[in-house]
Amino acid sequence: MRRVVGLILWLVLIAFLMWGVLLIHPFGYPPSDMDDYIIENAQEQTGNNNVVASVVFDYRGLDTLGEATILFTAVTGVLLLLRTQKHKEENS
Amino acid sequence: MLSKIVRTVANQLIVFILIFGLYVIAHGHLTPGGGFQGGAVIVSGVVMLMVAFSSQELKKSLRERLLTIMESTGALIFAALAIAGIGTVVFYNFLVGTPIFGRIPPIGPNSGDFWTGGFIPPMNFAVGLKVVAGLSAVVLALALFARGEEMEE
Repeated sequence: MRRVVGLILWLVLIAFLMWGVLLIHPFGYPPSDMDDYIIENAQEQTGNNNVVASVVFDYRGLDTLGEATILFTAVTGVLLLLRTQKHKEENS
Repeated sequence: MLSKIVRTVANQLIVFILIFGLYVIAHGHLTPGGGFQGGAVIVSGVVMLMVAFSSQELKKSLRERLLTIMESTGALIFAALAIAGIGTVVFYNFLVGTPIFGRIPPIGPNSGDFWTGGFIPPMNFAVGLKVVAGLSAVVLALALFARGEEMEE
């Protein structure tokens, strides 16, 4: 019974996600002005040959700051959680 | 600890991996790549050393305090560069036009000049430092935890 319910829910989820995929706009449509602006002005404004780097660190710098914060938080959590072992052994 | 052949090859290979990672970080504003990617390359070399030698051996040279200080320094440099141009807007590229990384390349395809890019090469270095220290610490902590050992000491 649980397997049948799970299968039905799985099929509903698949159908829902496929419905979402089919509704995506075709690639490059609707056309935006942002990419043309960045491609034409990135070298002059940021002095970068690598336009991707200028987008990642300059135009969309706050995204990169959030990404760095995520990495910092992950490292802090791992180092914090994986050090409790020894203290527990000492207490017991 | 693996056999002597593996250890010798890893010892020779780590030099080239470090050079390639530093190249990817330093040329992040000219070629594909950047701080995150070059840092991941260097961390793959650290993982190779961790497989060839044991994680206990590597723990003696990669101290947790050193890795923590490196990662915090990278994050602080990144944030400081981000808010240094606060007079105009956050993440304003204030180094364009100055002698440090300030040259502006010609528009269109060109051969590339290292002293261009404004504050993006220093930011690549900061992010690279952060990724190297952070991912090394995570991998080392997980490897030591799987062996039932402690990160510190």
